Amino acid sequence: MGGLEKKKYERGAATNYITRNRARKKLQLSLPDFRRLCILKGIYPHEPKHKKKVNKGSTAPRTFYLLKDIKFLLHEPIVNKFREYKVFVRKLRKAYGKSEWGTVERLKDNKPTYKLDHIVKERYPTFIDALRDLDDALSMCFLFSTFPRTGKCHVQTIQLCRRLAVEFQNYVIASRSLRKVFLSIKGIYYQAEVLGQPITWITPYAFAHDHPTDVDYRVMATFTEFYTTLLGFVNFRLYQSLNLLYPPKIDSQAEDELKPAEGKEYAMDSESYLERLSALSASLARAVAPAHEDEVEMDEFPVEGETAELMDAKKKEQEALEKHKKLFEGLRFFLNREVPREPLAFVIRCFGGQVSWDKSLCIGATYDATDPSITHHIIDRPRVDKQVVGRYYLQPQWVFDSVNAKLCLPVADYFPGLLLPPHLSPFVTEKEGDYIPPEKLKLLALQRGENPGWCLLVEEESEEEEEEEDEEEEGDNDKEDEEEEDESEKEEEMKLQKIEEQKMEEQKTQSNKVTAGKVRVEDKQRLEQEQQSEEKRLAIMMMKKREKYLYKKIMFGKKRKIREANKLAEKRKAHDAALKEQKKKKKKAQQA
Amino acid sequence: RLQRGNFGDVNFDPYEPAVDFFSHEVRIHPVTNRPADKRSFIPSLLEKEKVSKLVHAIKMGWIQPRKPKENVPTFYDLWAREDPNSILGRHKMHVPAPKIPLPGHAESYNPPPEFLLSPEERSWEQQEPSERRLNFIPRKFGSLRAVPAYPRFIHERFERCLDLCLCPRQRKMRRKMRVNVDPEDLIPKLPKPRDLQPFPTTQALVRDFLGIFLLELMEFWGTGTGPEGTALGSDDGTVRFWEVISARCLRTVAVGSAVRSVAWNPNPNICLVAAAVEDQVLLLNPALGDRLLVAATDQLLDSWEAPQEQRIQPVQWIPADPEERAKGIRLRLQHDKPVIQVTWHPKGDYWASVVRNAGGRQVLIHQSSRCWSQDPFRRSPGLIQCVQFHPLRPYFLVASQRSVRVYNLLRQELTKKLQSNCQWISSMAVHPGGDNVICGSYDSKLAWFDLDLSTRPYRLLRHHRRALRAVSFHRQFPLSQFSCAVFPVFLAHYPYFPVDLLQNALLVPLKVLKGHVPTLDLGVLDVAFHPHQPWLFSSGADGTLRLYT
Repeated sequence: MGGLEKKKYERGAATNYITRNRARKKLQLSLPDFRRLCILKGIYPHEPKHKKKVNKGSTAPRTFYLLKDIKFLLHEPIVNKFREYKVFVRKLRKAYGKSEWGTVERLKDNKPTYKLDHIVKERYPTFIDALRDLDDALSMCFLFSTFPRTGKCHVQTIQLCRRLAVEFQNYVIASRSLRKVFLSIKGIYYQAEVLGQPITWITPYAFAHDHPTDVDYRVMATFTEFYTTLLGFVNFRLYQSLNLLYPPKIDSQAEDELKPAEGKEYAMDSESYLERLSALSASLARAVAPAHEDEVEMDEFPVEGETAELMDAKKKEQEALEKHKKLFEGLRFFLNREVPREPLAFVIRCFGGQVSWDKSLCIGATYDATDPSITHHIIDRPRVDKQVVGRYYLQPQWVFDSVNAKLCLPVADYFPGLLLPPHLSPFVTEKEGDYIPPEKLKLLALQRGENPGWCLLVEEESEEEEEEEDEEEEGDNDKEDEEEEDESEKEEEMKLQKIEEQKMEEQKTQSNKVTAGKVRVEDKQRLEQEQQSEEKRLAIMMMKKREKYLYKKIMFGKKRKIREANKLAEKRKAHDAALKEQKKKKKKAQQA
Repeated sequence: RLQRGNFGDVNFDPYEPAVDFFSHEVRIHPVTNRPADKRSFIPSLLEKEKVSKLVHAIKMGWIQPRKPKENVPTFYDLWAREDPNSILGRHKMHVPAPKIPLPGHAESYNPPPEFLLSPEERSWEQQEPSERRLNFIPRKFGSLRAVPAYPRFIHERFERCLDLCLCPRQRKMRRKMRVNVDPEDLIPKLPKPRDLQPFPTTQALVRDFLGIFLLELMEFWGTGTGPEGTALGSDDGTVRFWEVISARCLRTVAVGSAVRSVAWNPNPNICLVAAAVEDQVLLLNPALGDRLLVAATDQLLDSWEAPQEQRIQPVQWIPADPEERAKGIRLRLQHDKPVIQVTWHPKGDYWASVVRNAGGRQVLIHQSSRCWSQDPFRRSPGLIQCVQFHPLRPYFLVASQRSVRVYNLLRQELTKKLQSNCQWISSMAVHPGGDNVICGSYDSKLAWFDLDLSTRPYRLLRHHRRALRAVSFHRQFPLSQFSCAVFPVFLAHYPYFPVDLLQNALLVPLKVLKGHVPTLDLGVLDVAFHPHQPWLFSSGADGTLRLYT
């Protein structure tokens, strides 16, 4: 024996973690500074596996950081900048106190600044890493770009955010990488696919913000500081990958077209440039003259182990994608002034359509409302005053639904003033057993090339109703099938229970009096089922505790899902029934 | 006037039109007539000094022009030289933050009608924010122009920021496993009960005693040749003897008060039943079956003669008076406390009784041929629940509240102490093979010990919902079934050896036998197997005796 006594909490997990306060003391930073540093460097607390061991036997709630992370922060040059900044603030306050305005001026000139370039590189060693983390950055930049230029944060930040957001939008247009759009009650979700990475961001609707008081804008500003740097570098790289100039320039050809229409008195040159860029109506200048054989056939490299079917499937997918990208090619849209211009212009341009708007609405309008070549007029009013022949007047949802359906939907449902069909989320992919709204089923059928009678609304009423009923029946059948599948187990159990009850009752009666026996017809299939389910139940009894827990949890989740799906289906049925009733009543009233 | 806030002078007009003294019109005359200073004509000496200093400093390079400030950050190709080596260990430790879940149909501005909350689901407002499944109320708008701004947009972004920087992250492996796991794979693969037949499956016989509370059942007698039956002790102070085949009550012996335990002598050559009635144990000769056997039994008991020297015994052996003798009672053993269990040694001479006597003498071993009792323990090992003789080896098993002690009767020592992990053992049964012991407990657990392996339970089954009151093994070895008196009766096959001998023995549940109705929160009180048929008897608190075949 012998040797030193082993002390508790001096080895193992306890030494790998450090509490926040200890970390702060080690770095000699104040709490706000520590927070900022953590945000910028992307350091987050870790949940230890055995919290009590790490917490030295105490169960007090504490946040733990990895000791390695904190040691890594020790060498950060930005920490010094933080200290410098603290000194600067102190000096400035002193100068203000003494009313030494010259000193104030001088100090302000020499305000210490820092750059985050190296942190971006360090956090995202490869470009793909950066793209993976772009969701939050984009959402934040789009939010900040809608802030007012006063108050909440620096004007420069807002301007920079706006610039970067517009640049990114322009990139998405140029690369045609938008895939999905969703109008939610929170804002508009977009999903683009950049270099194979899905990037989702949300933009708020264009209204003035009601700034909440219980939000710490400093935290958000710090995040934005990092995100703008990240997004700037990402944008640069993305523009470069497409051979576009960065900072973006509007194509000279388009510029010439724009100039005379807009005139000089609109705004200052520097501002108008960003405005014109954010109009999203002009294509961008390329660094190298655009080569027109963009659609070069991809060489096929037969990969070993890949069957012909797989290759075919891949090819088909590729073709579908190409088709999706050119969804609005050759169509000319005109946006009425009550329609949200920016999202629509962005989406339409992303799929190759041409778009214009009223000249007084925004800079960058390319053609007038009276242009005879316009094919789709997006309008969001109950009535159209003067209809021009040769164009569809449509509600904006048509554009979004078409993009999500990957095909130009029939226009009949989207005429102004009509009750719109539901707008479904493109992000939901229903698995087996999930509830699928009937609209989605229709859409899937449409995508498969069938025509399930989508645009029957405008046709004669009698026909419509019949057809609708048919549809409903179809839908109902489908639903019932699903339900049966889901509930088969439940029903089984119920059946068994009933049988058991019957038996019990019989026994009760048997004990008291003798009655004439009845021959029970035994269903062989059911008996078999009964036996199987019993075997299963017995086997479940024999499971180990941990496995049983897991099993129960999974089954609970499944059951809840089924329950929810059933509930939704039921609700829908009730709603449809109510609607039908109403229609009938109306019809009767009309007849009377 | 002053108090009212007016001027003191009535005629004072505060709003007279002001006359501009210095107007924009240029006058020919100066406003003041003061001549200009001399110093306004001479260059200042002080300024000259200052300027010369500045000039000197500039010449020396001490003062430099301000650098033009760059307001706009410049961007360049940061990942121009991406090299995979720059991925540090830190990045491998990195736990990426989960992405925000994508919105579903309910979040749409124009969702399908079924996603809107119905009036009864509007309890959303009353719920805690953390309890809500959706963090918004689904709403439907007729057109896009009607959609308002979302008031919590900034909040949600802010919460996301806080999550990113303050929420502790942990790598979870089990979670990943759980996602991929198929619940059907978790169910153990067991042999089909059909392959293990015969075992009791259906209820063949019900005998309702209409409210008589059956306390304790029964052991079986019969050798397979003569009549077979069961003895049944009940609350109304009788011991009843039944014939299995005809389901007829052959004899009823009134014993005075409630019968707690009945045990039939396992020796086929002796026809003797031990019944525990309050603080007495009665040895009964039911006089059923072969007349020779009955006579031989009586003879055996009567042949004993008391020795000259009276030895002090822990209980009194009282021979029955003629009246009792006519009923079938042969001997009465007067204990000092109520007896709760009697059990026979497989040879049929010795038997043991358990007395409810906390702290004192609890277990007694008797020898019926010599009318001799002894107290095997010097110290009582806790509150003893039940005792059993080992069917093959000279072992004596004593179950106290939480553990089972195995004593070697030859060497008179404790061989093993089995820890049951239960709170309160109710009953115990030994496999006729001798290696396995099962214990039922009032906290609805069933512990299964393998005496060869360990003193800890090999498996602890927790799937019963009510207390286990009795467990029983089938006496014939190849069947090796056991059942537990729970509600409903649970029947299992054990040990089942899979074809592959390397695997451990399995416990295969066979059947849940339903039929009893729980009364007074009690279900089935006792179970017993037929000695050589795959039949099972059970008695319940509902006053019925059921036979499952």
